[in-house]
Amino acid sequence: MSSVFFYALVGVGLFTLGLHALIVQTHLLRKILALNVMGSGVFLVLIALARRSGETAPDPVPHAMVITGIVVAVSATALALTLLLKLAAATGRAELPDEQQDSH
Amino acid sequence: MTLLAWLFDILLGLGLLWLGWRLLSSPDLFKAIVLFIAFGLLMALAWVRLDAPDVALAEAAIGAGLTGALLLAALARLSSMESGKDATVQAEKAWLKSPASWFPAIIMLLLASGLGYTILSLAPYAAGLSPEVAANLDSSGVINPVTAVLLNFRGYDTLLEMVVLLLALLGVWSIGGAAEPHEGKPGPVLDFLTRLLTPLLILVAAYLLWVGAHAPGGAFQAGSVLAAAGVLLLLAGWCLPPRLMALPLRLVLVAGPCAFIAMAALTLLIQGQLLEFPPAQAGILILVLETVAMFSIGATLAALFLGGRPQHKETP
Repeated sequence: MSSVFFYALVGVGLFTLGLHALIVQTHLLRKILALNVMGSGVFLVLIALARRSGETAPDPVPHAMVITGIVVAVSATALALTLLLKLAAATGRAELPDEQQDSH
Repeated sequence: MTLLAWLFDILLGLGLLWLGWRLLSSPDLFKAIVLFIAFGLLMALAWVRLDAPDVALAEAAIGAGLTGALLLAALARLSSMESGKDATVQAEKAWLKSPASWFPAIIMLLLASGLGYTILSLAPYAAGLSPEVAANLDSSGVINPVTAVLLNFRGYDTLLEMVVLLLALLGVWSIGGAAEPHEGKPGPVLDFLTRLLTPLLILVAAYLLWVGAHAPGGAFQAGSVLAAAGVLLLLAGWCLPPRLMALPLRLVLVAGPCAFIAMAALTLLIQGQLLEFPPAQAGILILVLETVAMFSIGATLAALFLGGRPQHKETP
């Protein structure tokens, strides 16, 4: 196994860590962080797989896609944070209701 | 050397996973965001290890810098809203307690092993599209293959991305309402640093833009460095004079997408293909597009940090 596949597996790990946090965490700011970690995992898989070119330079097309992705991710994060602040201002809470916790 | 490189890779990979885990399970939101910024910087190191210096520059400026600043600003507004409730320091480990809460974790483990198996079954060698890019690089007008893909071969991606940025800003402006003006005077350190760093950041942005034609760099990296200068100025209490807030700011914001659309229409009419530059003029056309895009990206990202529509009606 070369380091390329090692990094791709780290990317898979980050994606699933983020997805898990997105599902189980109730605070919306944490969900936004989780989405960003998921995105980083996807980018890591893309760039790692683009490096499978041996001695020559890596494939530049995934690199360009990931740069686009990073910029889109930051603008989506900004929009999500604005929605979060408006929700918190309107309802007084920044968390989703959790049935399990509420039933205790 | 290879052993050392392997050791570094393994430490970096495990460090990324550990930071990701810590930042998502930390009970303190402020700590989580600081860990996220550190995570972004480690990601930039990983990009360098994977021979992607263009991505590393974008990640260091945007992924670690701007996203971190956005998150910290949002957290500050959130905690001033929720003061007294102390909701941020609530333990989020409730999912560990009941056995049924393990269900998502098991599903995630299955998903991770499925995805991992798929990745390991891929061919260890694949050139992807790099032979095609290398073959056509001469006619693209630039030498850096990533810039060639972003601005020439797949220019429509970048065109749509500029539109996405503008849409996100429109969303923030329509939902966020009027931005609260930054109150309070900056401390002497911030004030001094801002005066020192702003010209330097502008210089770095110009360099990144120019060097993008033949080395790692380009409009996105340069634009995000400009945005960082803008965020620094906003934090230091500086703001545009109201008459520049109204029309001139909006013109800068839409200049990038408009330049791209105009160029797309022009090349469609003359060359018959969307964003297909004539090889002889491609270099200069790309530089013009990139310059306009850099100002738009910088202004849009800094305006996103403001979190609302800048007020230009009120006179101070």
